[in-house]
Amino acid sequence: MKQYVIIGNGVAAAGCIEGIRSVDKDSKITVVSEENHPVYCRPLISYYLENKTDPERMNYRSTDFYEKMGCDVFYGKKVIRIDADSKKVVLDDGAELSYTEVCVATGSAPFVPPFEGLDTVEKKFSFMTLDDTFALEKAINKDSKVLIVGAGLIGLKCAEGLHGRVASITVCDLADRVLSSILDTECATIMQKHLEANGIQFMLGDTAVRFEKNTVQMKSGKTVDFDILVLAVGVRANIVLIKDIGGEVNRGIIVNERMETSVENIYAAGDCVEGEDISCGQKKVLALLPNAYMQGHTAGVNMAGGDEVFDKAIPMNSIGFFGLHVMTAGTYEGEMYEEKTDSTLKRLFTKDGLLKGFILIGKIERAGIYTSLIRERTPLNTIDFETMKKVATSVAFSPETRRKKFGGVV
Amino acid sequence: MKRVYVNEEWCLGCHLCEYNCAFANSGMSDMATALKGKPIYPRIHIEGDDKISYAVSCRHCTDPICVKSCIAGAISKKDGVVCVDKNKCVGCLTCVLVCPYGALSPSDSGVMQKCELCLQNSCGEPACVKGCPNRAIVYEERGENA
Repeated sequence: MKQYVIIGNGVAAAGCIEGIRSVDKDSKITVVSEENHPVYCRPLISYYLENKTDPERMNYRSTDFYEKMGCDVFYGKKVIRIDADSKKVVLDDGAELSYTEVCVATGSAPFVPPFEGLDTVEKKFSFMTLDDTFALEKAINKDSKVLIVGAGLIGLKCAEGLHGRVASITVCDLADRVLSSILDTECATIMQKHLEANGIQFMLGDTAVRFEKNTVQMKSGKTVDFDILVLAVGVRANIVLIKDIGGEVNRGIIVNERMETSVENIYAAGDCVEGEDISCGQKKVLALLPNAYMQGHTAGVNMAGGDEVFDKAIPMNSIGFFGLHVMTAGTYEGEMYEEKTDSTLKRLFTKDGLLKGFILIGKIERAGIYTSLIRERTPLNTIDFETMKKVATSVAFSPETRRKKFGGVV
Repeated sequence: MKRVYVNEEWCLGCHLCEYNCAFANSGMSDMATALKGKPIYPRIHIEGDDKISYAVSCRHCTDPICVKSCIAGAISKKDGVVCVDKNKCVGCLTCVLVCPYGALSPSDSGVMQKCELCLQNSCGEPACVKGCPNRAIVYEERGENA
């Protein structure tokens, strides 16, 4: 019998549990969860603020998930050390858990720059966890003036979630555009205008220099008054457990396609790892829920003695703000094909005979066909790309490929 | 398990499957009341060009990437059928971003919908198949268990 330990209780952990159980129905699984919640859908915290969901519906799996999967969960506990020689993990209360295989699924933590005077701000929040969200919700009222530092995915989803529940929302970012990790300048401008039309105010290319209670002095010389501060500057992968024992780390924990770290019997998955982005060949932290699940599943299968690789990681995001959807995937390099209307934009990027990336705003039907071309590295000379670039459609595949897709079991 | 398969050589591109799908999932008993003069939201759609046409609906994949990617935990596979829990779905469209067949689309309320083989509606078997005038869509067993 094996003895599995999973450190972390997010979506990568859920994937790991389901991966293990697809191979090994019997051995014991122990999950160590820092948060006092069963696995929940972390990206839905902004939807919770919008009243589009609630904590019960936010559960990622059914209430009997751990029981059905034969897992013991230690809530409110933190792993402080892995002893790879004696194959034990040590918890903050001194308890030790033996393992035959362990998966590090510790996620990431908000990065807070050392802003001067930040300690004088009374109501400041991160926006990463359900508990952060409950605390933020408790602090706001209809007269609140909210300042969000960070115009990335987290900061802007927070802004959307708070919209209508507070008096004003200002978002600042050192970058000169919104969503700078996924959008180029022109696309970012479209989204910024849409957000501004919905009442979100921006201070871009500007950064906080000094906080003093409810006021911040910006680098530009402007000052902003606020009651509520949300810090959404960025996240850092939680790599310390592997770093401490000399395992290979960079910005994330380094793993191979089987989700093995450089330390024997230790696997890692989710936002804490760095894997290869196949659209550009670089190692990256791809902190996305789908990748977290798939990595966790792969780790679980391999921990249990099966054989699975996850070798199709790419950055990809589907995100909407106030009814306008954006989808992005891959890398924006090579030749660009563009279609534009007043309300939509499509950019496809091709290089070396492959689709490398895309940005779609407004018109997103069947975008997954484009995503699959990137993930599968489909040579564009095997499809009718002239048709495909105009419309994402399986018509562009050869008749044989189409017969396999729609006439066979996939 | 039985799935919906298409034969593009027989498809006329008449779009009847789309109407039958929308009607079967409308919960109404009269087709005209359900569909006439309204935008329809079928879970199957005709694709094609001037030479060929065929119907596309969920393949109920062996290893469904939509299930693995759903950020709301709203898509699952039950007895071989990939299903959306409309109560949990928040309409983020991540499933649209990943489905390689283009088989998911939003419903009139914004949450996602997809072919669930009419097993949960009053039709009881795929309405697209039942109503196809040329047997270009069939519902049958072609191997693989679930």
